[in-house]
Amino acid sequence: MDALFPLSDTQALMQDSLSRWLQDHAPFERRAGLLATPEAITPLWTGLTQSLGLLGAALPEESGGLGGGLADHLVILQALGHALLPEPYAACVVTGAGLLQRLPGARARQLLAGVADGTVRPVLAALEPSGRHDLSQVATTVRSGDGASRLSGRKAVVRAAPYATHWLVSARDEAGTLRLALVRPDASGISRRDLRLADGGWAAELAFDATPAEALLGDAGTDLLPLLLQAADEALLAAGAEAVGVMQRLMHDTLDYVRQRQQFGTPLASFQVVQHRLADMHMAWLLARALVGATLAAMDQPAPERRRAVASAQVAVARAARSVGQGAVQLHGGMGMTDELAVGHAFKRLTLIEHHFGSVDVHLRRVAAYQPLR
Amino acid sequence: MVSSPACNQSTAADDAFRDEVRQFLATELTDDLRLAGQRTAGIFTDHDDGQRWFRILARRGWAVPHWPVQWGGCGWTPRQHAIFASELSAAQAPVLAPQGVRMVAPVLLAFGTPEQQARWLPAIRNGDDYWAQGYSEPGSGSDLASLQCKAVRDGDSYVINGTKIWTTHAQWANRIFCLVRTSSAGKPQQGISFLLFDMDTPGITVRPIISISGDHELNQVFFDDVRVPATALLGEENKGWTIAKYLLVHERGGTYAPALRARLGRLQRAAVQAFADRPADDDERRDVARLLADAACRIDALHALEQQVLAARIRGEDQPIAPSVGKLLGTELRQFITEIAVTIAGPYGAARLPQADCAAHVLALPEDAIWAMSTYLNDRAASIYAGTNEVQRNLIAQHLLSH
Repeated sequence: MDALFPLSDTQALMQDSLSRWLQDHAPFERRAGLLATPEAITPLWTGLTQSLGLLGAALPEESGGLGGGLADHLVILQALGHALLPEPYAACVVTGAGLLQRLPGARARQLLAGVADGTVRPVLAALEPSGRHDLSQVATTVRSGDGASRLSGRKAVVRAAPYATHWLVSARDEAGTLRLALVRPDASGISRRDLRLADGGWAAELAFDATPAEALLGDAGTDLLPLLLQAADEALLAAGAEAVGVMQRLMHDTLDYVRQRQQFGTPLASFQVVQHRLADMHMAWLLARALVGATLAAMDQPAPERRRAVASAQVAVARAARSVGQGAVQLHGGMGMTDELAVGHAFKRLTLIEHHFGSVDVHLRRVAAYQPLR
Repeated sequence: MVSSPACNQSTAADDAFRDEVRQFLATELTDDLRLAGQRTAGIFTDHDDGQRWFRILARRGWAVPHWPVQWGGCGWTPRQHAIFASELSAAQAPVLAPQGVRMVAPVLLAFGTPEQQARWLPAIRNGDDYWAQGYSEPGSGSDLASLQCKAVRDGDSYVINGTKIWTTHAQWANRIFCLVRTSSAGKPQQGISFLLFDMDTPGITVRPIISISGDHELNQVFFDDVRVPATALLGEENKGWTIAKYLLVHERGGTYAPALRARLGRLQRAAVQAFADRPADDDERRDVARLLADAACRIDALHALEQQVLAARIRGEDQPIAPSVGKLLGTELRQFITEIAVTIAGPYGAARLPQADCAAHVLALPEDAIWAMSTYLNDRAASIYAGTNEVQRNLIAQHLLSH
């Protein structure tokens, strides 16, 4: 695996053992089975927790983790991306735990320790049916009274929701402040529709009708939008690392295929038009890999700089994802269209990453807004 | 333990170095030199201003920072090289022609005899010599190995007959390095030799080639029974192809992002001015802002990649296609930025006159707009020189397919 940034010995070892474990226990032939139902993922989760002890690698030491931080998330997701199995790690450990880590209170600490030992899988439910990718457009409400907080509203295409033990639901309180409500999937007043995603993953459409929240996380009066934006940026960069892993696999498979496949009495690889497309795919991948790695250093900068840097990285990732994804399908010809090969599945995963938190245009606009022409 | 890419962390020593470079630029980069740099629409600044700036750098010991320290190099870290390049670009210093410092010097260092090194390198370093590159011929462009310009050994001399084309700044050069055919036996690559000699040797004529931008950077050079000493030969006779390729890799190397970032800053300022009197919700302003953001993102990615390549080079990793990748991405991004410049120029982009004349009238014209079209036209060459981008894609694909 070509590194996103110079890895420490520990990181290199971690990525290597994860990659080998995935090759042995979750090769492409078993992937469909692992995704057949939300419960079928259990062997992967158990492996990450028990065989590899990886869940806590990035989490803070005081919560039972090893303190590797976002850098370790990227290293892990690059390998999970290569295996086309990013979830539930991305949603639960990067985003879910990332939020808990920054929320005050004993309950958050307790849940975080649960993430590190594999018993808690928190998933953020933030976007709403008409809100596009805007984390601030929240019509869901939370009202407190009679010693309980009750949640009402709807959340759209909540990725990895069926895997969750807890949902972190964004909602506005009486004062209009954005809060996070901790909700258990078996609470009352929940309508739920589990969805298969185009990339084979799981999501759910959720509606709440006076659903009792187990707790309201965060301090009363503190709007959590900045925290959600930070979590979204981290999720986006992590998805970039994942995409780098997916693309690496696609480049490998595609180079293999064009070397072997003969047409007009000669390998496809001998055609210059094919060669040039491969060169362009490779360069797009190189750029994405370099910028995802370099953006790590921008993650502790003030929010405007961080948001701009992540948007820029996502532009490189989304463009590479399209170039490599579409190119791989095209160069595989009819074989690229079948459900039997990994190439089609990798392409679908890249397509979803490309639109993760908005298209290239959304992110370009964000970069443009950082430096207005005035 | 949180690890982050070392290349993005600036140390106190780096900051001090940056201050030192800025201090130097504040005192030594005079307004007229800055203006010459700003007006550079071609690949390099014109000879006179370029050499004037080069000698100032030479006095400070900063003319050949990449060279080995024993020959006058600075022994800087990659980070320091990046800082130096970005500060010079940001200050709009003249852009120096690379034929001496970055093209012939690396091959002299790698393949020259001690006598050849002692003869040529100091004069490059102090700015006394100005070199031209004799590679392409009318019939040999991308297929360089098919070159026909001939050199025949005659006693202690070689006698050269033939022609070279696209010879940048040959009208200013007092030295030239040439690929010549010394044998027609075997594969075309096998009969090529690398010669270095004086431009005032009898039998050499230079014909100007005016480019589509109206500038005179290029020439065709004719050799008519030109007799040069046998010591002009670099390396072995008929083994010049290896040297030629080594030079091309150096020509393609280097970083693009610092200069592109500076150029983008200039476009940003030009755009602010161009749209100053337009309404706040002007559609075209929004379009241009988006184009500039697009270029900024692409520069971010190229910068990250260049830093990664630099760091890997320091670790001693072999990166055979990195020069091709860098040349391709750098030149195509450069061309994209010139397209944006023309968009920002608006109607004034159509006018053609020397930039120096823009203000010299009661009806002044925006110099940035004139520069924009000129640089757009000139920069079409970027995907052609140093091995066309088609050839670079071939090289990248061949590497990918054989690994």
